[in-house]
Amino acid sequence: MSDQLDLGKLIFGRLTWESFPFHDPIIVATFIMVALGGIALVVAVTRAGLWGYLWREWFTSIDHKRIGVMYMILGIVMLLRGFADAIMMRIQQAIAFGDSMGYLPPDHYDQIFTAHGVIMIFFVAMPFVVGLMNYIVPLQIGARDVAFPFLNNFSFWMTASGAILVMVSLFVGEFAKSGWLAYPPLTGILQSPGVGVDYYIWALQIAGVGTLLSGVNFVVTIVKMRAPGMTLMKMPVFVWTALCTNILIVAAFPILTAVLGLLSLDRYLDMNFFTNDLGGNAMMYVNLIWIWGHPEVYILILPVFGVFSEIVATYSGKRLFGYSSMVYATVVITILSYLVWLHHFFTMGSGATVNSFFGITTMIISIPTGAKVFNWLFTMYRGRIRFDVPMLWTVGFMVTFVIGGMTGVLLAVPPADFVLHNSLFLIAHFHNVIIGGVVFGVFAAITYWYPKVTGYKIDEFWGKLTFWFWLIGFYLAFMPLYVLGLMGVTRRMSQFDDPSLQIWFQIALVGAILIGIGIICFLLQFYVSYKKRDQLRDETGDPWDGRTLEWSTTSPPPQYNFAFTPRVHDNDAWWQMKANGYQHPKSGFEPIHMPKNTAAGVVIAGISTVLGFALIWHMWLLAGVSFAGLLGAIIVHTFNYKRDYYIPVEEVEKVELQRGEVIA
Amino acid sequence: MSQSVAANTNLNFIARDHHAPNGTLFGFWLYLMSDCLIFAALFATYGVLSQSYAGGPTGAELFDLPLVALNTAFLLFSSITYGFAMLQMQQGKRQGTMIWLAITGLLGAAFLAVELYEFSHLLHVGAGPQRSAYWSAFFTLVGTHGLHVTIGLIWLVTLLVQLKKHGLIPENRRRLFCLSMFWHFLDVIWIGVFTFVYLMGSMA
Amino acid sequence: MISLDLGKDYRFCRGAAIGQIVQFTLPVDCRKVCPRYQQPDRNVAMFKLTNLSKALIIAALVPALSGCNWVVMSPSGDIASQQADLIIWATILMLIIVVPVIALTFWFAWRYRASNRDAKYSPDWDHSTHLELVIWAAPLAIIIALGAMTWVSTHQLDPYRPLSRLDEGKPIPEGVEPLVVEVVAMDWKWLFFYPEYDMAVVNELAAPLDRPIKFKITATTMMNSFFIPALAGQIYAMGGMETKLHAVINEVGVYDGFSANYSGAGFNGMRFKFHGMEEADFEQWVSKVKGEGDALTRSVYKELEKPSEREPVRYYSTVMPDLYHKILNRCVDPGTLCMEDMMSGHKHAAHKRESKQESMPAVAGHHEH
Repeated sequence: MSDQLDLGKLIFGRLTWESFPFHDPIIVATFIMVALGGIALVVAVTRAGLWGYLWREWFTSIDHKRIGVMYMILGIVMLLRGFADAIMMRIQQAIAFGDSMGYLPPDHYDQIFTAHGVIMIFFVAMPFVVGLMNYIVPLQIGARDVAFPFLNNFSFWMTASGAILVMVSLFVGEFAKSGWLAYPPLTGILQSPGVGVDYYIWALQIAGVGTLLSGVNFVVTIVKMRAPGMTLMKMPVFVWTALCTNILIVAAFPILTAVLGLLSLDRYLDMNFFTNDLGGNAMMYVNLIWIWGHPEVYILILPVFGVFSEIVATYSGKRLFGYSSMVYATVVITILSYLVWLHHFFTMGSGATVNSFFGITTMIISIPTGAKVFNWLFTMYRGRIRFDVPMLWTVGFMVTFVIGGMTGVLLAVPPADFVLHNSLFLIAHFHNVIIGGVVFGVFAAITYWYPKVTGYKIDEFWGKLTFWFWLIGFYLAFMPLYVLGLMGVTRRMSQFDDPSLQIWFQIALVGAILIGIGIICFLLQFYVSYKKRDQLRDETGDPWDGRTLEWSTTSPPPQYNFAFTPRVHDNDAWWQMKANGYQHPKSGFEPIHMPKNTAAGVVIAGISTVLGFALIWHMWLLAGVSFAGLLGAIIVHTFNYKRDYYIPVEEVEKVELQRGEVIA
Repeated sequence: MSQSVAANTNLNFIARDHHAPNGTLFGFWLYLMSDCLIFAALFATYGVLSQSYAGGPTGAELFDLPLVALNTAFLLFSSITYGFAMLQMQQGKRQGTMIWLAITGLLGAAFLAVELYEFSHLLHVGAGPQRSAYWSAFFTLVGTHGLHVTIGLIWLVTLLVQLKKHGLIPENRRRLFCLSMFWHFLDVIWIGVFTFVYLMGSMA
Repeated sequence: MISLDLGKDYRFCRGAAIGQIVQFTLPVDCRKVCPRYQQPDRNVAMFKLTNLSKALIIAALVPALSGCNWVVMSPSGDIASQQADLIIWATILMLIIVVPVIALTFWFAWRYRASNRDAKYSPDWDHSTHLELVIWAAPLAIIIALGAMTWVSTHQLDPYRPLSRLDEGKPIPEGVEPLVVEVVAMDWKWLFFYPEYDMAVVNELAAPLDRPIKFKITATTMMNSFFIPALAGQIYAMGGMETKLHAVINEVGVYDGFSANYSGAGFNGMRFKFHGMEEADFEQWVSKVKGEGDALTRSVYKELEKPSEREPVRYYSTVMPDLYHKILNRCVDPGTLCMEDMMSGHKHAAHKRESKQESMPAVAGHHEH
């Protein structure tokens, strides 16, 4: 009898029937919806006979463009989940006053705000930003792919694997109830014995590996693979920001890996890094996680600064004002982002001198950031501004972001932070910069580069509708939170006593609903644009009169991007080529050396997901087997020496002449 | 607009026969730098917790310095033998490369064996990682290094098989270079461990 | 020295104040209009909007409806008041940059729209040394001012620093000792020790007006944040650690206190009332606690220590000796070794109590001024 029990434990670990949240009607309903949607999708794909195509051309693809698109799709899917969490919180806070406890018990509410933060940062903003860099950077530097194409595919699947674990936590077990940074001692084994924190740890560890490798990949790509003539100071600003971002990734994510590793040792092996007793020190966790966490916000915002720099120059029909000061500003921000982490916990009791040091370094970041804003302004000055949708996002960003920047500097003044820390003012601030910055930037980028990816533009009406719903929704949703913060209302509350606060939460809910409509418009714009693709088609490859190299090739670009590697003389390389009457060559093609697709990335990441799941549930047998499998798969992969091939010249010629007809 | 560009010549804007240089070594070096940051975090953690004995034994009481010195010697010598392997590789001698690699591997294995012996001894006298934050930090820092050496050994064996199979082809040379960086990197980290954990720990 | 206080006459409801300062209109003493933030008065916040930019400033800062409800901006303790003033001054300073930027964004966007063929178009103009100097120097100048302000105010308002005054222009009289309150954040309630009176209270706090209060703060398990917005800024409460906060309450009232740092399931109900009282009323409150309370013995404490939510107010007339110190050092249970005695290993086992702060993990500064 006891042998059987032990065997069951060995196989199923902590997983029992009680682990499935049948008792929660919200989750059951969600599960049924997700399951039905999933089945419908599977049936549709099967009936269309697309599995083979998807597997060969997408899942195993090492083409940076395909991987970029997959990242964006992952980001959009997870945005829906993250937003569902957001609207649930908004509804709860709008109704849970006085005697009403709302519809979410704290147990569920606490998981929701944790999942919302984790998903939005790690599985929405990061995939969006990495996806953009994937698609655009090689094109902008005139390269045929990234430095390590296989690694790129693997990185994507590791990120997806982390996202899958977070999604699984919704239906099997629970997610962390700890806030998105999982501070101990709350997340220690004594206070959180369940699987929630373990889901958190392993989802982030697995996705973190992907992010780190992708960071290495892009630094090497940008350093080594630029087209001839493209010196550092001739790189497009987006490439500069991508370079800095990836340096930040390489320099920050190891800290996350280490600190989550220490937390797992505390949880799995009863060590005492962050415990209250036996000499542990939870403050160390807070320091370490923010040494990663602060650079992380710059990892998100820097590429978006690059996006806006590209957009503002293109739609103003003008060279970017102050290119070099833009570059220096980016580099300064990169360096300074490591010197400010303590501003996230002035209230932990560091001395006045330490606090003011970190407060002042934080403020100093606003100088290069301010310079950037002025540079965008003076790019518009004496331009011919076309207000296509990406430019609307840009103006919306400039206005919104300076407000967020201002409240951010305010929070950097330690005595002010003592009263504003952990309040809804803080929540309003970081949504102000993340939505007003990152989200606006990503949506601008999607609209801007969409014709490059698909060959047709996004329908303008739906694009504008998306913009206005998001903009107005944002202000309605978050300005009330500033007010509530000044009224002394703390974050992460699921219920309130003071009825005078309720009106502000109700306004915020209206804002969130408008953002929800904005998301629906965002999705509809793809559908409408697809339906109208013949009207919206761009034959030129350069629909916006662009300035950088990605516009010099067809839309969508051929697999190899450029038949001839471009030679660069100016930071607006394509603008200069156009000005000099450049014609696409029609002869003299050569065979092109390209990497081969491989399934190794999907397989290794898939095994990692299983390993993560096994570790979360203490299924030691499965963990052992999948760990051995992981090691084996990696070793087998290293025995594959045939990783590339040549596209024969006839094929290049055929493709190029077809494209030539289109472009010319 | 740059004046150096003559008007309307495609040739100025096309680079024929352009091949981007291979970035593997640079990429691997970047990875090592990121790995170095993991160790930096662990060293910092060890530093913060270096007095947190929680009433338990201290490092100074339990460290067996001669044994650790022997271990250090194993690892340092393995770095030298790896250097010999690289010299053989540069002369195009597969056999010699493989022999020196194997010796490197044996030294690495000896290092691991001694480390495991040390760990089991510490556990035996009640200084396990659960005893206090200090020992948590100690086992994690030293153990992470040991784990790296283990991965290095697995890699080394794999590479031996690949050398046997394919010889000193460019891919394998590149891999030998990468493992070489990895191995020397672990050596450097160990010097840090030996100095900060063992030597300074014994003086404390 | 930069003065951060708006002066006695400016002691009004700050929710209304920002608009009024910007408008240079006469300040209304909000304390007279609405002595406590619980009584919102919408009239104070009515101001005239003379032009667009002012409207923008105000819209960004003060949706005019809220009046005196903004406890952070109209607190009742001197420290919190200074913090509120700092928020106003820092905001005004930053608006010097932010308002022109927003105005220019709209203006340039309008003026240089593609359809406006009258506007000058210089497609290759991308550099101006003078302009570059200005765009780097202007934020720099603001940050220098703000940085100086930060340095001074952070030291002045350091929670570890004993008070230097009771209120604007009101020095601390000779011989007044601060009221010491030892705070323990528990799962999920607050325990306050009054060593001066050898008593303890759960989920209720009181202090006499115009007497400095010295809080010593720790926690049993979770990290919490001790925050009474009307009194002073918050500070974390952490197990095995002690943080400190100095503050003073200047007005009679009942104020909200709570944990500002999420600490798990019962966090929501971790709230208490803080009573600012006249000296005599405070003495009466003390005798009430002494009269109604039971003894806080070890076993009572162990019972209290168990996680519970929305605990009612409890009074303890006497307290087991050294209980706070034992909680801080995690040795309430008989026979457990106190942290201060074991932090340094075998060799330094016998530490004196006074030196415990140095021997604690030192990421957060434990310093006395």
